[in-house]
Amino acid sequence: MADTSSIDIVYVANLARLDLTEDEKKKFSVQLGEVLKYFERINEVDVTDVEPMAHAFPIYNIWDEDKAEEGFTVEEALKNAPARRDDQIVVPKVVE
Amino acid sequence: MSDLFYKTAVELSSLLIKGEVSSCDLTQAVIDRTRAVEPKVKAFLSYDEEDALKQAKNSDEHIARGESRGLLEGIPVGIKDIIAVNGERLSCASKILEKFNSPYDATAAINLKNAGAVLWGRLNMDEFAMGSSTENSAYQVTSNPWDLERIPGGSSGGSAASVAAGEAILAIGSDTGGSIRQPASLCGVVGLKPTYGLISRYGLVAYASSLDQIGPFARTVEDVAIFLQAIASHDRLDSTSIKTEIPDYRSALEQADRPWKLGVPSEYFSDGLDNEVRVAIENAIKFFAINGCEIVDVSLPHTDLAIPVYYIIATAEASSNLARYDGIRYSHRSDKAVDSIDLYFKSRAEGFGEEVKRRIILGTYVLSSGYYDAYYLKAQKVRTLIRQDFMKSFEKVDALLTPTSPTVAFKIGKCSEDPLAMYLSDIYTISVNLAGLPGISVPCGFNSDKMPIGLQIIGKPYCEADILAIAHKFERSHKFYSEHPKL
Repeated sequence: MADTSSIDIVYVANLARLDLTEDEKKKFSVQLGEVLKYFERINEVDVTDVEPMAHAFPIYNIWDEDKAEEGFTVEEALKNAPARRDDQIVVPKVVE
Repeated sequence: MSDLFYKTAVELSSLLIKGEVSSCDLTQAVIDRTRAVEPKVKAFLSYDEEDALKQAKNSDEHIARGESRGLLEGIPVGIKDIIAVNGERLSCASKILEKFNSPYDATAAINLKNAGAVLWGRLNMDEFAMGSSTENSAYQVTSNPWDLERIPGGSSGGSAASVAAGEAILAIGSDTGGSIRQPASLCGVVGLKPTYGLISRYGLVAYASSLDQIGPFARTVEDVAIFLQAIASHDRLDSTSIKTEIPDYRSALEQADRPWKLGVPSEYFSDGLDNEVRVAIENAIKFFAINGCEIVDVSLPHTDLAIPVYYIIATAEASSNLARYDGIRYSHRSDKAVDSIDLYFKSRAEGFGEEVKRRIILGTYVLSSGYYDAYYLKAQKVRTLIRQDFMKSFEKVDALLTPTSPTVAFKIGKCSEDPLAMYLSDIYTISVNLAGLPGISVPCGFNSDKMPIGLQIIGKPYCEADILAIAHKFERSHKFYSEHPKL
């Protein structure tokens, strides 16, 4: 079972695609370490045979009609694009 | 005769229909009030006077033709900057969405427009709804109108402050861990979080999808009732939206004098509860006891686990929901990136504030390989136990009475270096989100510094009518809504 008392900030920030400054790494490490220690409380509870709850009032099989409808126009969809050319969003090169 | 901007929506609706006041006059009064007090309160991130007056004129035309669309026709309603309104900013008080202009309306916004409301301004909040003080806004700090050096609460601090200050007749907010009820309590107004699924989340920028709900702010319970009526609806665009019969909430207030069985959970009255708050809540309980209600001691034994459970589940869901802000399609894009992956790292680092980063890190961690079972799965199981505690108590009582917040509003800056202390202030509200129950905060007094104290009433699933009636019973005898901050 993994060590649950500290966070490998560098590893997690990488997963989250967040660039952190050295100061932030230090500060978050301390702050989140305290939060994690507080989280240890949940280990005091016996949860044998308890179902996990992801949703307060589970409802199932919510279907919608398979009917084509108007979506955004190109202008609406690209309104907030950081960079665009013609009807496309310009992005950095992905494939060399 | 109180100022126009401090009248209730119900009163104003009557004046509008009788032609004694026009929506243009009312909206102008709200605009003037906003201009006058905003330098102190700073509840709004932006507002558009011309647009508001155009909507008001449209309402006046409807009324003149005898086609009023209901009690909200012509009433200015402030909008938290997390709810999409077509053509308006939708920054969620973050820099990462600084330039974002919404191409669509949230269902709640559509419901408000169809009801003839005047959508007024974009209200300040904690960034992405993460916070309990509105200090995490990337743009400005909102002040509590009762004491400008104190926080208004959060994350819907702008919504609560604007209603308390008369800068809006009503305001809409969102509540994931208390973000409507707590600021309502701290600003001396009424705020309600509905049962999960009652109000569509389509167009509500997602923070924690299994906890988020939109809800109303007003100065009276009756106003909250008519506001809730207008925005509660099943929505095919939100697959978590519930199909249920929506009762007439305003008529339900007539049930106020039913012999309610009200539970008082012992765990909500232990250490950490400020003494003056405790006294005010105990007085409120006494009021119900001597006015036809039965007070029942109940226990919610897993209460002290609510904070870890909430902060595991909410941050986990948030880390997933905020992955979409990647600098590609519509958010801030860094110009310092060296390649496409670096673009994600830098755009997000530049765009997100500190608390958001903290919660994303925490959420990513609890979901990561090796830790998922220990944290996230376990938290979901404890969540079941927390809900069971409530449902067991509801076998004996109709609703629960608790404080909304352990303290009154604290000074701005007090918790800024202590995120855990800030998290602990959510203790009375978060379980309600975890269990998906409805909760309302209603003003129940002031402390010796004249800071508002709120009483929280927690109800059974889909029993908003009950908690509104109970809150109305209390408000009717105390009338705290007639007091206003000195601005």
